[in-house]
Amino acid sequence: MKRDKYIDDLKDIKDLMNRSSKFISLSGWSGISIGIVALIAAFIAHFKIQKWYTLNSFDGLLNGAAIEALKIELLLIAGITLVISLVFGIIFTINKSKRINQKLWSKQSKSLLINLLIPLVIGGILCLLFIQKGNYGVVAPLTLLFYGLALINASSYTIGEIKSLGILNCILGLIGVYQIGIGVILWGIGFGVLHIIYGILMKIKHN
Amino acid sequence: MKSIIANINKAFENKVRLGTMSILMVNESIDFNSLKELLGVTDGNLASHLKSLEKNEYITYEKTFEGRKPKTTYTATKLGKQAFKQHITAIEKLLK
Repeated sequence: MKRDKYIDDLKDIKDLMNRSSKFISLSGWSGISIGIVALIAAFIAHFKIQKWYTLNSFDGLLNGAAIEALKIELLLIAGITLVISLVFGIIFTINKSKRINQKLWSKQSKSLLINLLIPLVIGGILCLLFIQKGNYGVVAPLTLLFYGLALINASSYTIGEIKSLGILNCILGLIGVYQIGIGVILWGIGFGVLHIIYGILMKIKHN
Repeated sequence: MKSIIANINKAFENKVRLGTMSILMVNESIDFNSLKELLGVTDGNLASHLKSLEKNEYITYEKTFEGRKPKTTYTATKLGKQAFKQHITAIEKLLK
């Protein structure tokens, strides 16, 4: 009798500590859906780049107009991927916050968002600067690196797994900067495969 | 065994008081309405339990104004945090 009450008490304490200080409404489904969207985007980008290489390698010269067209296509893919991912992420987060009865716009979610956004915005600006200077190879790995840093930075305001996801993305980003040219593949692993794996883990652990 | 039971604190037997202290252990302070929402209790119920925690000197409060609305913010005292830690340790030992 008494024992059950105390076990219950400890559960309550842990739950309230988490719910009051962290935003725990991140849904496993957001991770899985964002991962699938990212994988599709990475495949499309990979084929576009391959096609560009086969079409433009005959003359051995860099065709200015063709590279400009490819650049716009890739940026468009990146932009569309970002928007679809955000929509999926937000929908599933709203759903989960309703289900576990945590307010969506709260002190916790604000802290999470701010800490996530600072590295992301800085990284985003840096990537745009590199694109402007014609240094395209580092862009995909840099998005991984700064996304990873953003996750590490925000991890104390949400479920703990986010930190290791951040570290893995940083490692992939660094590998990508070291080995320019496999950026899209690493991007597919980081934003695609890792999101799906972590999404499934979160569904198992936190549901 | 006797000393363990002595460390179980009657002030934290109640769910609302236990919940309030749990929240104040990980948040520097919290206002009345957020506390009410997190615990899912009524105004009157929460107020009476907060008063009893105040009487034990486990929490303190501060009244401020947010625009025209009064806002009461609660903080755990050093004594309160200590007592709560002891209470948890006692429960954990008891469950072993």
